[in-house]
Amino acid sequence: MKGKYDMTNTDYIKIEFTSRSVNESFARATVAAFAARLDPTLEELADIKTAVSEAVTNCIVHAYPGVIGTIWLRARIIGDRTLEILVRDSGIGIPDVKKAREPMYTTGGDDRSGMGFTIMESFMDKIKVRSAEGKGTSVTMTRRIIRRSLPL
Amino acid sequence: MRIYTAESNGSLRLSFSGELDHHGAKPAMKTIESLIDEHLPRDCIIDLSELSFMDSSGIALIIRVNKRMSDIGGRSWVENPCGQPLRVLNASGIDRVVKVLAKT
Repeated sequence: MKGKYDMTNTDYIKIEFTSRSVNESFARATVAAFAARLDPTLEELADIKTAVSEAVTNCIVHAYPGVIGTIWLRARIIGDRTLEILVRDSGIGIPDVKKAREPMYTTGGDDRSGMGFTIMESFMDKIKVRSAEGKGTSVTMTRRIIRRSLPL
Repeated sequence: MRIYTAESNGSLRLSFSGELDHHGAKPAMKTIESLIDEHLPRDCIIDLSELSFMDSSGIALIIRVNKRMSDIGGRSWVENPCGQPLRVLNASGIDRVVKVLAKT
């Protein structure tokens, strides 16, 4: 029975890990494994992995420059077909979010392309960035997964 | 990620396989820069046919290789991207800077 406190419609996972670059592949593989229950196409799955990789890399490179911090990741299913991914850090924050989201803009030198947010935007339906200097940043992204087969 | 390299007649071919992200890009760039310095090739071909995943770190790497090659008076281009890496290349608009030869 569905009551006020029924959470069965909100399927989620939460993980936290250190901002070591070796965790980039761990994070995207974990989210992909969770998203698999929505029966995505290989292309949808690759898009989701790409966006997670970008968001987590931003934490590693920009939020915690030269130090190891904690990255929190939550993935949940909203309604029956929408995947929402939240990637959060407690790093240095982004002074100008609008500028950071511009294509080719980076403070990461020539190791970085400045295309991270652009790629997240083009691979996900919606992305929201909240940041406070000295406190951290959170990136929330959603992607609707198209239904391919009828539910049994 | 692995990079297989082959050098002949002034052409340096870098064939990427596996997943290219920020974790792998840094050591890869170091290796590639020393290869370019060692061989001083005329052309550097970045072959992505066996690459299964790439994020914007790959874009930065391709741009850096391209810059390094033009610094020594050479050229570089990308060959055979497919699947997800191809879509990342398209989303980035990198083809305005570096030539991308898609599989025919």
